[in-house]
Amino acid sequence: MTEDLLRISDLAVKFRGTPDGALAVKGIDLAIGRGEVVAIVGESGSGKSVTAKSIMRLVEYMGAEIVGGRAALSEKSGGSIDLLTLDETRMQGLRGDRIAMIFQEPMTSLNPVLTIGQQLSEVVVKHRKIGRAEADGIALNALQQVRIPEPERRLRQYPHELSGGMRQRVMIAMAILCKPDLLIADEPTTALDVTVQAEILELLKVIQRETGMAILLITHDMGVVAEIADKVVVMLKGEVVESGEIHAIFNAPKHEYTRRLLDAAPKLQARQEGSDQKERAAETPAAQDKDDANVVLSVRNLVTRFAVRQGMFQRVVANVHAVEGVSFDLREKETLSLVGESGCGKSTTGKSIMRLIRPNGGEVLLQGRNLEGVGASEMIEMRKRIQMVFQDPYASLNPRMSVEQIVAEPLRIHRVGSPSEIRDRVHGLLERVGLTRAQASLYPHQFSGGQRQRICIARALALNPKVIIADEPVSALDVSIQGQILDLLAEIQEEFSISVLFISHDMAVVERVSDRIAVMYLGEIIEIGPRDAVLGSPAHPYTQRLLSAVPIVHPDQRRNRTLGARELRSPIRPPGYVHETPPLKAVGFEHYARMA
Amino acid sequence: MLGYTLRRVAGTVPVLFMVSLLIFALVQLAPGDPVDMLVSDEATEEVRLAIRSAWGLDQPIYVQYLTFVKNAVMGDFGQSFRYREPVMDLILERLPASLELAIYSTLVAVAIGLPLGVWAASRPNSLVDTLGSIGGFFGISLPNFWLGILLILLFAGTFNLLPSGGRETWGLNVERVTGFLTIDAIIAGRWDALWDALRHLTLPVIVLGTNMTGIIMQITRASVLENLQEDYVMTARAKGMSGRVVLWRHAFRNALIAVITIIGLEFGTLISGAIIVETVFAWPGIGYLLLQGISFRDFPLITGLVLVYTTLFVLINLAIDMIYTVVDPRIRLG
Repeated sequence: MTEDLLRISDLAVKFRGTPDGALAVKGIDLAIGRGEVVAIVGESGSGKSVTAKSIMRLVEYMGAEIVGGRAALSEKSGGSIDLLTLDETRMQGLRGDRIAMIFQEPMTSLNPVLTIGQQLSEVVVKHRKIGRAEADGIALNALQQVRIPEPERRLRQYPHELSGGMRQRVMIAMAILCKPDLLIADEPTTALDVTVQAEILELLKVIQRETGMAILLITHDMGVVAEIADKVVVMLKGEVVESGEIHAIFNAPKHEYTRRLLDAAPKLQARQEGSDQKERAAETPAAQDKDDANVVLSVRNLVTRFAVRQGMFQRVVANVHAVEGVSFDLREKETLSLVGESGCGKSTTGKSIMRLIRPNGGEVLLQGRNLEGVGASEMIEMRKRIQMVFQDPYASLNPRMSVEQIVAEPLRIHRVGSPSEIRDRVHGLLERVGLTRAQASLYPHQFSGGQRQRICIARALALNPKVIIADEPVSALDVSIQGQILDLLAEIQEEFSISVLFISHDMAVVERVSDRIAVMYLGEIIEIGPRDAVLGSPAHPYTQRLLSAVPIVHPDQRRNRTLGARELRSPIRPPGYVHETPPLKAVGFEHYARMA
Repeated sequence: MLGYTLRRVAGTVPVLFMVSLLIFALVQLAPGDPVDMLVSDEATEEVRLAIRSAWGLDQPIYVQYLTFVKNAVMGDFGQSFRYREPVMDLILERLPASLELAIYSTLVAVAIGLPLGVWAASRPNSLVDTLGSIGGFFGISLPNFWLGILLILLFAGTFNLLPSGGRETWGLNVERVTGFLTIDAIIAGRWDALWDALRHLTLPVIVLGTNMTGIIMQITRASVLENLQEDYVMTARAKGMSGRVVLWRHAFRNALIAVITIIGLEFGTLISGAIIVETVFAWPGIGYLLLQGISFRDFPLITGLVLVYTTLFVLINLAIDMIYTVVDPRIRLG
């Protein structure tokens, strides 16, 4: 075994103002060898991020204090220093030099008013005591090392001029400037699209190999762990519940919680072996013959564009072609998933169907009734039959309304029943989604994220809709909570005969819930078909790229991926641009794709 | 940038037009006849009629307004009833006095309030922060006229250190170039006049600046504290930056955006809000002039002054927008 670079023993961290017994990190042990990749896995509140920031002693700036333990960092000269007792000045000398860190949110982790070059070279100037010009050279080198196109230009750019993936590359460049012994990566890919995540993980692997630095990776995603880690530490509620070598953890997880985390990871490659929960769609083609009678929602050539305006007279200088020629049918009790990366138009499609955004063209037929021509009063009637569940359960509930008021509001607006009937219905709904009658008088902030999403589902169910549009309904939730919410959605879908349009970027979730999948790219559906066909034999190159970017299930399946950063293609077109959406070609049973 | 500036300046034309209409209407609705101010009580009806026609007050209101607009476009706001001088000359003569007062007050307020705010934010809930907050609240809450009178009593009266009012000691005879006495004194190389101008400025600047210092301090503190919670501050700390660099180079630069907005707004209110202070210190500025105009129902003077105030506000806002683009690269004008 390699020599330990960092050995943490009995680390205990407490947030100020919490009772003495309530520790965020409860005496954990952890060792990282030179050049090793160690992953700490856990969900929100597990203390994984606090542990990482304790090593850097950054928790002290977050209102927390380290109340016990040691973190011995070995010195080049032999011997070791305890990071937890070092004074602030010496600690500053280590940060960014021997230990560097990258964070989850590339969008907000860079200073918006300083150029990339300024932010990079200040690190070198601080730690290497050299001039600006020389520091700029080192910064340029680092940008080249993280494979950013046009690195010279980037130095003069500001963060807002770069995409999320580019910014995370800049963060990595910033971290490797002084060739640290240890890189702490706190959820480095969580905020990124799956194809960008694959690029960043690959980049981290390559740079780790090139520089021989150790990486401490903080993540909630077992797929990411499988891609990159040598050792795994599983944390739950401030404690280490299991740790070991990666193959041991993946092949023979001992703790029940580890098994749960492993179950939540996507299993695209393993699906042929048949670990399925939902075979309905594939096995009962009789239920989906071409009879239109069971089509609940039909979307035809939907087009939504946003005008980009400029100048004194707010002239339209370009259009964002957010949704272009999108057509699909949603059948009774079916779950159709719209998948794609951020900016592909999947959410806009959902909102256009709901007419929360006015589409520029196309038809939406709800149970055969065209929503285009209906008047305002009739639209209110139609809205009863189609409801929406949003991504962020923290933002989509009015904080000043009680749960009862929230769930009753649609009933009141649509004047369904007397006050006592409404009350009974609200209580029934709350119990149906797994909450209690007693919780009806509480306010949203008194609930966890998962419970809030249950409230949102109850609200959506209140009017007995035929269709629910669920826009990333579990993306803001921990994996173990995700499972519960998805199960709940499946149950009510069966019970109330609801069709679900499921909008998501997360392949693991899509795989689990879908009957059929539609893949969106630059505003268009480029492939649509039964789940197993799309996931098992993707026809369009973009679908193939999307699927190959999904993290692997098991460390044995590691493979090399493309490394270069791709410029994002933009759906912005000049005015008057005629958008061609050629029809999809059949590539299998009910499986269609855009073929060149 | 140039196109944007021109558009913004052009955009002020309708604003000024609306304001002039509003002011004209308000002045017409106000009780009292301006002719009363122009003639003695014993004047005969013939004299009154002659005066009325000489000043154009016998015309229908819309004609009066159109005449006013026509002249105003040429930079002529008419004759002041009281001073019997062109309004424009009166304003131009006194505007530098008000601007000089406002600029020095702002400079002092920024020089004290900004560092104090950052200092308080860097040590939240410390003694510095608590004392600073209390002082800031005092600064915001102390009424101008009261503080002014108190300072006059103390420094001009009891200690006899500073002049109690006015801009300059009579008889220094420094050549007027800019109208800013401190600058004119430097141009003329008259150090005695510079010292005299500064002595006159001291008390009114303290009174005007106290309020603004308090506000700038509080806003800076809140804005820096907020920015210290941002992710990029954590990044800066993780890079090994010292507390001072994190505070000034990272958090403060971002906090400045909110602070500049407030400084601009406050500067605007200083120019117009100085009316009380100018009265207390007999400061020959446009605030003092406005007060005189109102008490004599000097319609042309009031209208002209309000239009000048409006223009100043628009220009200040424009200047702030320009400064934004320097401080925050995300803001592009166009």
